Amino acid sequence: MVPEEQSIAIDVRDAVKRYDDFTALKKLSLSIMDNEFFTLLGPSGCGKTTLLRMIAGFENVTEGEIFLFGEEIKNLPPYQRPVNTVFQNYALFPHMTVLDNVAFGLEMRGSSKSEARKGAGEMLELVQLTQFANRKPSQLSGGQQQRVALARALAPRPKVLLLDEPLSALDLKLRKAMQLELKHLQRETGITFIFVTHDQEEALTMSDRIAVMSDGELQQLGAAKDIYERPRNMFVADFIGETNLLEVSVDKIANGRAVCHLGGGHELTCNSVEGIGVGSKVHMSVRPERLFISATPVENESLKGRVKENIFIGTDISTLINLVDGPEFIVRTSNSDRGNKRIFEPGNEVFVNMEMGAARLLID
Amino acid sequence: MASRSYDIKSYTGFKFITLACLVILYAPLVVVTIYSFNASKSITVWEGLSLRWYVDVFVGPESEKFKLAAMNSFVIAIIAATVSTTIATLAATAVVRGGNFRLRTASLGLISLPLMVPEIVTAVATLIFFNAIGFDRGLMTILMAHIAFCIPFAYLPISARMQGIEDTYEQAAMDLYATKRQAFTRILLPLMMPGIISGFLLAFIVSLDDFIITNFVKGAGVETLPTAIFGAVKQGIKPNIMAISTMLLGLSVIMVTISYFISKSDNTK
Ligand SMILES: Nc1ncnc2c1ncn2[C@@H]1O[C@H](COP(=O)(O)OP(=O)(O)O)[C@@H](O)[C@H]1O
Ligand SMILES: [Mg+2]
Repeated sequence: MVPEEQSIAIDVRDAVKRYDDFTALKKLSLSIMDNEFFTLLGPSGCGKTTLLRMIAGFENVTEGEIFLFGEEIKNLPPYQRPVNTVFQNYALFPHMTVLDNVAFGLEMRGSSKSEARKGAGEMLELVQLTQFANRKPSQLSGGQQQRVALARALAPRPKVLLLDEPLSALDLKLRKAMQLELKHLQRETGITFIFVTHDQEEALTMSDRIAVMSDGELQQLGAAKDIYERPRNMFVADFIGETNLLEVSVDKIANGRAVCHLGGGHELTCNSVEGIGVGSKVHMSVRPERLFISATPVENESLKGRVKENIFIGTDISTLINLVDGPEFIVRTSNSDRGNKRIFEPGNEVFVNMEMGAARLLID
Repeated sequence: MASRSYDIKSYTGFKFITLACLVILYAPLVVVTIYSFNASKSITVWEGLSLRWYVDVFVGPESEKFKLAAMNSFVIAIIAATVSTTIATLAATAVVRGGNFRLRTASLGLISLPLMVPEIVTAVATLIFFNAIGFDRGLMTILMAHIAFCIPFAYLPISARMQGIEDTYEQAAMDLYATKRQAFTRILLPLMMPGIISGFLLAFIVSLDDFIITNFVKGAGVETLPTAIFGAVKQGIKPNIMAISTMLLGLSVIMVTISYFISKSDNTK
């Protein structure tokens, strides 16, 4: 995907949102490409909904601009923006049938009643709810209501679809199925999706690109893989996936490699990053699945420790290891990789080893 | 579930007090209802079951007077309920949906205050108002007074209903290209309808039953059903009054029951 060749669907420039004396968004800028599955990810209260509502037109913009395919939209009322929303609580009209709910947007856009119903029928087919067309929303399960909300928002063919934590009310199994269905619908319709979630796993599974937010600020924007493997700062490293976050001091820097002291005489060498010098105290992030355990040292930087606990988590085993006089490490071993290798029991003396390039230094 | 020791039924005297209250409240109504079916000309001596006084209401010597009064009452009640319900609907929309505009709490209080002001005060004030502006008393003054004092009664069920409707429905409508007006007529109004009907019925009954204010602002010779009944009673209570009262009571019970069930019915589920 080459962003330059694509047109920008939504361009948010220096957007600020203030509620009285509270600033919910602090000069946020980001561009969302046409036809991409874009995710806003961040902990609850970081301003995701606020940003979405500003794009939809329910919240005015305190400062800054929002462009939709090059057109400034911040002064348009919601009903003049070719943008539709799937609400967190679905907000299906309770007094209308499923079919009339889905037809509503088409009708308001000027289609005749019969045209609107025809379009709605096709949309219901797409989400496989044709047999429920004449039911009231209350007569459907949560998952079905969710799909009606989706069909209703997609029916008028918006240029951008906004989804505010649409899956949060569903149970895990249904949620996984809906994740696939959403992804599939996005590909099929070619509509730009802006998806909001606080669930990093969901974001990683579904998105073309992810914007990680916290406290009304953009922390990092990039492809899912980039964000996971190359977190830009401590917040992102900690929020996305599980990680060993260690406080280290830099002992030596040579040839772009930094030797870091973890405490207790343990040392690890990793790629240096700009902005650190000898003696600086920084954080190091190492993903637990990129560490492995051995009974004897396999390299000169093997870290000696003792197993504290094994936690069985289905496909993997998480092992907690206390380094001698040093910090604690979590090591994740896939059960399929392990094969016949032994599980190290609590109390065993072991060595923790790291794959090349697994450790990352973080500046803030 | 409250545990046994907190169960209100276990308090000594609970049953007795409940019973006493019910008797005091309803015994007179029961007596009037029973005696309206009395065959006797006397209001205290029972002579057997008869519909005589009901027939008397419709064809008896006083029937013309009562028919005219009933006609006035119904016309006034229908118009007053319609107008006051419309105003109350708009007021509820503004107060519940208008955001935090200035004087919002004050508006809320001012709308419901008349419910707590003694009716006689409102009656006197209304009369003084009409005198001050030099408005001739008649059906028109009754109608205007009724519209005014029915608003808070219509307002209560409507605003209660409206508070239960999340504003995301209107947002969803506007998101789907409905203008504000379309979102109101297509989404909000249908969802509010049970509250509106309930408010209308309440306003209708309150207007139909009103005596004090009506008596103050009505012109000479203009009667509504309650003032006509009062006029007739002053010349001595006859059993036909009990028949009229029973019919009015029946109507009230029916309307209040309908209002109750409609406000309970939930089309948001
Ligand atoms: N209408 C409002 N008035 C004041 N503060 C608000 C309002 N709406 C949201 N906020 C605040 O803005 C912040 C961001 O909220 P929101 O965008 O809903 O977060 P998220 O969707 O990421 O959980 C929160 O701290 C919230 O309390
Ligand atoms: Mg939110």
